Amino acid sequence: FYLTPPQVNSILKANEYSFKVPEFDGKNVSSVLGFDSNQLPANAPIEDRRSAATCLQTRGMLLGVFDGHAGCACAQAVSERLFYYIAVSLLPHETLLEIENAVESGRALLPILQWHKHPNDYFSKEASKLYFNSLRTYWQELIDLNSGETTDVREALINAFKRLDNDISLEAQVGDPNSFLNYLVLRVAFSGSTACVAHVDGVDLHVANTGDSRAMLGVQEEDGSWSAVNLSYDHNAQNEHEVERVKMEHPKSEEKSLVKQDRLLGLLMPFRAFGDVKFKWSIELQKRVVESGPDQLNDNEYTKFIPPNYYTPPYLTAEPEVIHHKLRPQDKFLVLATDGLWETMHRQDVARIVGEYLTGVHHQQPIAVGGYKVTLGQMHGLLTERRARISSVFEDQNAATHLIRHAVGNNEFGTVDHERLSKMLSLPEELARMYRDDITIIVVQFNSHVIGAY
Amino acid sequence: AARMFLRLLSDIQWRAAHPKWRRMTGSQRSTSTTAEPHPVSLPAQAQVVICGGGIMGTSVAYHLSKMGFKDIVLLEQGRLAAGTTRFCAGIVSTARPVSIELKMAHYSNKLYQQLEQETGVQTGYMKTGSISLAQTQDRLISLKRIASSLNVMGIPCEIISPKKVLQLHPLINIHDLVGAMYVPEDALVSSANVSLALATAASRNGVQIHERTSVSHVTIQKGRVTGVETDRGRIQCEYFVNCAGQWAYELGHSGEEPVHIPVHACEHFYLLTHPLQEPLSSSLPTIVDPDGRIYIRNWQGGILSGGFEKNPKPLFTEGRNQLEIQNLQEDWDHYGPLLSALLRRMPGLEALQIMQLVNCPESFTPDMRCIMGESPTARGYFVLAGMNSAGISYGGGAGKYLAEWIVNGYPSENVWPLDLKRFGTLQSSRTFLRHRVMEVMPLMYDLKVPRWDFQTGRQLRTSPLYDRLDAQGARWMEKHGFERVKYFVPPGSDLLDLDHSKTFYKPDWFDIVGSEVKCCKEAVCVIDMSSFTKFEISSTGDQALENLQYLFSNDLDVPVGHVVHTGMLNEKGGYENDCSIARLSKRSFFMISPTDQQVHCWAWLKNRLPDDSNLVLEDVTWKYTALNLIGPRAVDVLSELSYAPMTAEHFPSLFCKEMSVGYANGIRVMSITHTGEPGFVLYIPIEYALHVYNEVMNMGQKYGIRNAGYYALRSLRIEKFFAFWGQDLDAFTTPMECGREFQVKLDKGMEFLGQEVLLEQKQNGVYKRFTMFILEDHDTDMDLWPWWGEPIFRNGRYVGKTTSSAYSYTLERHVCLGFVHHFDEKTGEELVVTTDFINQGEYEIDIAGQRFQAKAKLYPFSSLFAQRRRKDEVELSGYQRE
Repeated sequence: FYLTPPQVNSILKANEYSFKVPEFDGKNVSSVLGFDSNQLPANAPIEDRRSAATCLQTRGMLLGVFDGHAGCACAQAVSERLFYYIAVSLLPHETLLEIENAVESGRALLPILQWHKHPNDYFSKEASKLYFNSLRTYWQELIDLNSGETTDVREALINAFKRLDNDISLEAQVGDPNSFLNYLVLRVAFSGSTACVAHVDGVDLHVANTGDSRAMLGVQEEDGSWSAVNLSYDHNAQNEHEVERVKMEHPKSEEKSLVKQDRLLGLLMPFRAFGDVKFKWSIELQKRVVESGPDQLNDNEYTKFIPPNYYTPPYLTAEPEVIHHKLRPQDKFLVLATDGLWETMHRQDVARIVGEYLTGVHHQQPIAVGGYKVTLGQMHGLLTERRARISSVFEDQNAATHLIRHAVGNNEFGTVDHERLSKMLSLPEELARMYRDDITIIVVQFNSHVIGAY
Repeated sequence: AARMFLRLLSDIQWRAAHPKWRRMTGSQRSTSTTAEPHPVSLPAQAQVVICGGGIMGTSVAYHLSKMGFKDIVLLEQGRLAAGTTRFCAGIVSTARPVSIELKMAHYSNKLYQQLEQETGVQTGYMKTGSISLAQTQDRLISLKRIASSLNVMGIPCEIISPKKVLQLHPLINIHDLVGAMYVPEDALVSSANVSLALATAASRNGVQIHERTSVSHVTIQKGRVTGVETDRGRIQCEYFVNCAGQWAYELGHSGEEPVHIPVHACEHFYLLTHPLQEPLSSSLPTIVDPDGRIYIRNWQGGILSGGFEKNPKPLFTEGRNQLEIQNLQEDWDHYGPLLSALLRRMPGLEALQIMQLVNCPESFTPDMRCIMGESPTARGYFVLAGMNSAGISYGGGAGKYLAEWIVNGYPSENVWPLDLKRFGTLQSSRTFLRHRVMEVMPLMYDLKVPRWDFQTGRQLRTSPLYDRLDAQGARWMEKHGFERVKYFVPPGSDLLDLDHSKTFYKPDWFDIVGSEVKCCKEAVCVIDMSSFTKFEISSTGDQALENLQYLFSNDLDVPVGHVVHTGMLNEKGGYENDCSIARLSKRSFFMISPTDQQVHCWAWLKNRLPDDSNLVLEDVTWKYTALNLIGPRAVDVLSELSYAPMTAEHFPSLFCKEMSVGYANGIRVMSITHTGEPGFVLYIPIEYALHVYNEVMNMGQKYGIRNAGYYALRSLRIEKFFAFWGQDLDAFTTPMECGREFQVKLDKGMEFLGQEVLLEQKQNGVYKRFTMFILEDHDTDMDLWPWWGEPIFRNGRYVGKTTSSAYSYTLERHVCLGFVHHFDEKTGEELVVTTDFINQGEYEIDIAGQRFQAKAKLYPFSSLFAQRRRKDEVELSGYQRE
């Protein structure tokens, strides 16, 4: 049983979304031309989330991918809320005052964000009031704290991440009289999510990352070839600095038990995350909240389970690492993606595939025979294979979809193999997760002309 | 990498010879690239300066010096034979469809063969033969046509079976072949060494060669070359020859007065391999597989294989770019399809090791033919460039013809198909060239069928009626950038798409054109003929008449309102142009000539008319739209529209009158149709064109008027034995040779160009005779159609070639026109062709190797002429053109 190419395409394209920054007077003055995004579920339902929005009261655009674990609640909440926290952190004092006054007097609020959402990207209606109140508390505090200094993007990002995670934690501790909401906030807090968020304002690109999603810049070299520049560090066991950090934060006696089987406390893959209060709260707090919580929570073995060797919480933080990059004309695009992509593809290949896709020029590294011994037959095989690679480009209108096609369908030669693609996409739900992870990708395309003019 | 390769392809041994020019430049040629001093300064003046030290420049220098010119300087910006010549694959192939190109290649082959002996420079000449493969029947037909023309030229050539191919070349996969053409005398050379040998010989004959000298521009004063500015000083000269290859365009544009040379470069790739385990013999024939788009030759025990891909890469559109030259890279992905074709043709080569993929830019022209001749605007400025990848094949012959041109004022063969003046400024747009060469390069190996039209660079010049005609189903062809209607597809009828209508047999438009012809015969048709070149010549006194009487063979001192058909002859009595001239007034003339005469005729007249401000020559081509009303009812349509009697008594044949048609006044009406049918041509000031067309069509309805195209016109004129210039007539054909003595007034009371030769021919007879052939046993539905260039056999012996052909819907037979010669059976010497000689032969026409019986006629069928309008001026005198 195989899927036909149109069936494959309909699966691949179900969640694709594109946004083009509108032009004024025939010109696009933004450093961002637009973005393509897409996701392919492996879990049912998918645990990844994505967000994109334009800041209306400050300049810049926000884009993020969120990889949830132990359910999708936390990733969902972060995808709805984090950009508001960031936007508010970036707002100048006067604007904050204006907003607060408007709320106070029941006037219409200034819009803060313009969202760019796929119809499947939903926001929780029930929790909006709760979320709004938490956010309002945050900006009231910001107003009170007014330092008079201009807002630094890096700090704003760090503060927003930490504050949101704190609010998630608090909301779960306090609970809500509405039983639905009460259960929701607990599910949010007990599940977890990574976040990889980019803020682009002119030539200033900031990437704030928590967890093991990744941001990568696609750079076109002078000879037309493509290379990749990492704009985030993975927070997992493969990152020595991260392992060091965790060990520094806990007594030496725990050194052996902190990281086991490449997991935090032998359980968690990402070393930083939103939610996951089981790795943050004291045992007492966890027990109290679970016991007083709704029955569903009590019945859940996972929430009741206390990680082994749990002595000196918190073991986990949502604090991001922020990398600032000044965009150059050769920086053509940014890829934000959850680890589902990076597990299957090397970033260099990602840069090449997206670069060739976006420019329409399939600048595969030119073949040079040089001093090597190559036969006509070998060369012929190589060229045939390269041609096949190019032909797969034309099926997709979306760079993220194109990337997913390669991630799932690539054979050992780096070309899309329809048979393989068909097999991977027709796996039954319960098996899919064994062969692949959820994949979420945002490809942001930059406007080199605008960037060059800075 | 490219540098290493240079030394591989060219035998280094030429340096062991003793070229005189090396001492002259004082350069110590070494493999290092140290700067070379220029101890020998440039001469202050020379008779001829040649720019370009490739195969073309050296060949021109070689031939000029052989013909006695001594004061020649050849300038090369880099080193001799270092450009395209050096990269050239070195295949000398005579299998060319165009006759003049075939002659050039044949001469080149003979020249190169003895060059080593003559100069002592090793040229690597090796007679290997070549095999052109056919994967389809159509391809085989095209090869058979070429084989026919090679055979009659005495060049050995045979059509062979796939099995025979395998015997000649053991590596070839023959399973998909239907046949092949074997030319055993085709050769391989080292093109760089051929060029160096020519330079060596030229140098011994006194030609000064200066390397590392670039020409910045050519100075032109009063329409004449006066000198050359170089980076090493100025040289005054009488003649300048632009052999700058792919830089010829730029060099032409570098001076104040541009010389337009429409060439554009494309990248060209070929592969070099290491030797086979058992090295290939250096005598193994070259393989051309046009259906696979590749050629393959043996090269140092391995192979050299390149091709003409479907998607060429044009370059240097914006002009010279040094960076780009240095960065010309091997592009394997681009070469991929050609590699597939190579491995399909020679599967045994899979394990053969690659040495290099060479990227060598070649220059191409808008019509796939090379460019030679004198600039129409600057006398003494000659050009030889745009070889369309066949430089080594043409080099010898092209250099010879150009040298003859400079020395004698005219080459020894008709080179009009290659003449620079077939182009004008309109083909000089870089955008046009870029687009056109992208079509031309793949065409090198595309199947060339009759009546082929270029698809790019179209809709440049159009009649104001273009949209109207297009909406009525017009199908277009192009001449000199002008869109002209081939025929009109009636609504609802479905023609094959372009690719499928390519055929050597009966075309799909057969019935459509048939009905247009029928309408011309029985009712009235209108053909837009606006593309014709139209000049006005006027003067304050008698200057116009006097000068025209000298330049034209017919008597132009006719009453005002008369139209005269006349040749514009050269000194040898040959047709430089064939035109109709109307005497508008005592002192002004209106001259109509073929579309592609616009540049040539202008230059010819400009160069020969005195520089007199009272004598004005004006090109009014763009001012008039021409509508040709053909048919017996044309007279009715026109008289109704003009309220003027148009019958023969009032408006005799070959008459011209300004009158009103509809609301529009000032329409020049001429009673000629260029077909021998009754009718009129209306020369309409363009702003009235649409109005007059609408009036004609409305009024014509009741007379059964319809649109027609050039294919109908062509059928009509050929069945009436009308020759036209550029196809049947050329600079080597006199009126005496084509039965047009009555258009020559030897006794008009004054001398005219070509008169002596014509007098001599009148007395002693002619050596070729324009003849009409009616194909007898030819089945229009089943047999291959004649085109042009088919050999004519008289009593089984070759006597000449056809120049045009068409199906006559009236005779229901094919008609071919062509020239019959009389070669002495023993010596091959040309003898006088008499009427008896023509009439007393049994004729056959060879179409792709198949011979059809033909009946020869020296006069058209009188039954075809519907009516005689004026006894003394039968319009069978009509000149024709397409």
